[in-house]
Amino acid sequence: MIAILLASCIIFPVFNLLVPESSAFHISTYLVTLFGKYLCFGLLALALDLAWGFCGILSLGHGAFFALGGYGMGMYLMRQIGDRGVYGNPNLPDFMVFLNWTELPWYWNGFNYFGFAMLMAAFVPGLLAFAFGWLAFRSRVTGVYLSIILQAMTYALMLSFFRNEMGFGGNNGLTDFKDILGFSLQSDVTRAVLFVLASLMLIIVYMICRHIVKSKFGRVVVSIRDAETRMRFIGYKVENYKTSVFVLSALIAGLAGALYVPFVGIINPGEFAPLNSIEIVIWVAIGGRSTLYGAVLGAILVSYAKTRFTAIMPEAWLFTLGGLFVFVTLFLPRGLAGFFSDLKTKLGKKA
Amino acid sequence: MLRKILILAATFQLFGLPPEVEAQTQDASQANSALEEIIPILATARRNEVPDLVEIIANSQDSRRRPFLESLLNGQIYFTRDEERVVKVLRVDDQFQINDALSNEELGLVGTRAVRRVSVNNSLRRTIRLLIAGIDLQDDDPQVRLSAVEYMVAQEAAESREQLLQLQSEESDESVIQAIEEGLALTDLSSKDASLRSSALDKLAGNLNSTIRNSIRDMAENDPDPEIQAKAQDVLYSIQSKVELYGYVQTLFFGLSLGSVLLLAAIGLAITFGVMGVINMAHGELIMLGAYTTYVVQQAFPDSIGMSLFIAIPAAFLVSGLFGILIERGIIRFLYGRPLETLLATFGISLILQQLVRSVFSPQNRQVSNPEWMSGQWQINEVLALTYNRLYILIFCFIVFALLSLLLKKTRLGIEVRAVSQNRAMAKAIGVRSGWVDALTFGLGSGIAGIAGVALSQITNVGPNLGQAYIVDSFMVVVFGGVGNLWGTFYGAFILGIGNKILEPWAGAVVAKILILVFIILFIQKQPRGLFPQKGRGMEE
Repeated sequence: MIAILLASCIIFPVFNLLVPESSAFHISTYLVTLFGKYLCFGLLALALDLAWGFCGILSLGHGAFFALGGYGMGMYLMRQIGDRGVYGNPNLPDFMVFLNWTELPWYWNGFNYFGFAMLMAAFVPGLLAFAFGWLAFRSRVTGVYLSIILQAMTYALMLSFFRNEMGFGGNNGLTDFKDILGFSLQSDVTRAVLFVLASLMLIIVYMICRHIVKSKFGRVVVSIRDAETRMRFIGYKVENYKTSVFVLSALIAGLAGALYVPFVGIINPGEFAPLNSIEIVIWVAIGGRSTLYGAVLGAILVSYAKTRFTAIMPEAWLFTLGGLFVFVTLFLPRGLAGFFSDLKTKLGKKA
Repeated sequence: MLRKILILAATFQLFGLPPEVEAQTQDASQANSALEEIIPILATARRNEVPDLVEIIANSQDSRRRPFLESLLNGQIYFTRDEERVVKVLRVDDQFQINDALSNEELGLVGTRAVRRVSVNNSLRRTIRLLIAGIDLQDDDPQVRLSAVEYMVAQEAAESREQLLQLQSEESDESVIQAIEEGLALTDLSSKDASLRSSALDKLAGNLNSTIRNSIRDMAENDPDPEIQAKAQDVLYSIQSKVELYGYVQTLFFGLSLGSVLLLAAIGLAITFGVMGVINMAHGELIMLGAYTTYVVQQAFPDSIGMSLFIAIPAAFLVSGLFGILIERGIIRFLYGRPLETLLATFGISLILQQLVRSVFSPQNRQVSNPEWMSGQWQINEVLALTYNRLYILIFCFIVFALLSLLLKKTRLGIEVRAVSQNRAMAKAIGVRSGWVDALTFGLGSGIAGIAGVALSQITNVGPNLGQAYIVDSFMVVVFGGVGNLWGTFYGAFILGIGNKILEPWAGAVVAKILILVFIILFIQKQPRGLFPQKGRGMEE
C-alpha cells in the first residue's frame, strides 16, 4: 500500500510534467487533480475507519470535520487573493464587500498566515470533536443515538454556514482562489506538488494510524469496541479512550479537508450535507473496515467509479451505487479488504 | 338639449318622492316602463351624466336593475352605432353577440365596430358597487345582506350611512345587525360629537377588524379630547392584547401542524427503527412513493380529485407496504443484529428508489392538486385563520396514530410484534413465527410512511428528493422521543414542532431549526435514550 502510494507519488508528477503531452504515457493535469482529490478522500476515510473500525464510533458527522478543515484552508486562500478580487478591496473578501461589511470579523484574524490557518484547520474540528465526544461519551450515548446526533450536528452546521450572517460566504462558500504560499493554484507544477504532498500526508498518517492501532492503546480501543461494559468494569476510563480516538480522527478529517480545497478550488456549505457523511461511511464499508488500507482503497475506488459512471451514464449511477451497497453489506460484510484476505487464505490452503 | 330634458323628466318621475315611499306607491309596471325609458339614454348621455343615470336605475324597484348594473360594471354594456340602442355584448370569436340589455333577448351577431362600449371609470365603478350593495341590502338571503354591509362599511362612504340606519331598524339576522352596528360605530368614530365618539369606542371595544383598529389607533394618538384619547388608548390596548393572544393561538396551530407532519413522517420509522432496530434510510423514499401514488391516482381519476385522496390512502399504504415487505424479505432479514449495517444497505435502497422515480416519472416535481374541500381556510375571526389542508392533516395524523396504537395494543399481530421486539428467542419458543412477524412489521411501518406521503403531497412539492427532506427530521423525532415507544414519538414530534414555531418569529426559520438541533444534541447527552426510554436490562445492546 505504501509502495503503491510512493510509486504514484513519483509517477504522477513525472508523467504529468516531464513526459510531453503527445506521448501515450502523459498524465493530464486533470487526472493529477482528480487523483489528488481522491487521496484527500482516502485520508478522510482513514480518519473514519480509525473511529468506526477500531473504536465502534459510527460517525455520521465526519463530513463536518472535513468541511471545517476545508473552510480553514479556504479562509487562508481567500485572504491570499488580496486586492485581486472583483471589488479590489485589499482588506475584505469579495462577498463581504458585497454584503456591505466594513471590517473583517474577528474570527478571520490571523488567517492570512498559512501556519495559523493550518493549525486552525486541524484544531477547530479537533476542538469540536473534543467537546462533542466529552459530552456524549461521558453520558454514554452510544450506537445509533450517537450516529444520529452527529448527523444532527453536521446538519445544524450546514444550515448555519448557509447563512450570510455567519461570515463564511453563505450559499456560495469561498472560491476564486488565486495562489497558495505565493504559487499560483492554476499552474501544473503547484498541482503536482500538492499531489505529492497529499500522497506523503496519506502515507504519514497511514503509518501513524497503523502504529496507534498496533500499540497497547490501540488494543484497548479495539477491546472497547468489542466489549465496552467489560472494559469499564476492568477499570479502563472508556470515555477518555473514545474521546481521544474521536478527536484524533477529527483532526485527520480536518487536515484532509484542508488538503482537498486547493485541488477543487471551492468550499461551500454543501460539504456539510448529511449525505456526504454517509458517503464516507460507504467508502469505508466497501473498502473494508478496521483494516485502514481498505478504507483508503474504498474511498478511491468508489469516488473513481462515481466520476466515471456519472460521466458515462448518469441514469445508471445511482442504481449501481445503490446496488453496490446492498451487495457489499449482504455478501462482503468485511468489505473488499476482507474479501481479498479470504481469497488469500483460500489460495494459500490450496497451494 | 333634448337629452337633458329627458334626464330631468326621469329624475323627477323617480326622485320626486323619497325612495322608500316611492317603493310603496309605485306599481311594478310603471317601474318597468321607467327602466325601459332610462336605459336607452345611456347611449347618448355625456360622461358626467352617466352617474346620475346609474343612480336612477339603481333606485328603480325593477328586479332587472341588478343584473344590468353588474353587466355595466363588467364592461359588457354597449350601444349600437346606428340605432343608438343599448345592448349587452358577449364576445363570440371575432364577433359580438348582442343581447337586449334588459330582457337578455338575443339580437344576433354584429361586427366589433358596430357597437361602442359605455365607458365606466374607476369612480363610477365604485358608485355602481355601492349601489349594488344598496340593492343587496334588501336581499332575502342574510349572507348577501351581510357581505353588502361589509362592503359598505369597508368603503366608509358617507352616503351609505342612511341606508345602513334604515336596514338596522328592519333587520332580523344577528350577524347582519352586528355588522351594521360595527359599521355605524366606525363612522361615529370620526364624528365631531365627543359623546358619539365615546359611545362608539364602547361599542368597538375588543373588535378585531383591522380598519377599526387603525381608526382607534389614530384616535389614541390624535383625538382632541384628552379623556377620549385615554379611553381610546385603553381600548386599543385591550384589542392589541387580544390580537396578541390570537397570534399565540396561530403559532400554536402552526406548531401543531408542523408536529403532525413530523409525526406522520416519523411514526413509520418509530416502528421499523424503534420496534425492530432497523435503521431504515429508505424510509424517506417510502414516503416519497406514497406521494407519487397519490399523483398516479389523481392522474387515473382526473374528474374526481376530491375523492381521489380516499383511494390514494389505501393505495399508498399498499404500495409502500409491499415495497417494505420486499425490502425486508430481500435484504434486511439477513442483517438482523447488525443495525449499523442495515443503514448501509437501506441507504443503497434509497438511492435505487430515488433513481427509479426519476427514470419512471421525471426528475421534475409532479403536480398534485388539492381537492376542493382541502383548499381555503377557516376564518375564525379577523386575525385568526386556519388553513384547511393543515387542519385536516392534523386530524388525519391523530386518526392514524390512534389506529396504529390500537393495532399494536389490541390485535394479535400487534401483540406478536411487541413480543418479538422484546425478546425474539422467547417469542419464537412459544410459537410466534418471527420471520413472518418481521416482514409484516416492516410492511406496516413502510405502509404508514406511504400514508404520510399522501398527506405530504398536499403541502409540499412531490419530487424525487421529497424523502431526503424528511429523513433527518424523522430520525431526530424518533431519537428524541425514545426508541421503541410510540408515545415518545408522539410527544417528541409535537414538542419539536411547537418549539420550532415558537422560536421562529424572533429567531428566523433557519436559526430556529439550528437551535432545535442543538437542543436535541444537548438533550441526548442528558437523557441518552430519549424522552421515554425503554426500561430493563434487555435494552443494553
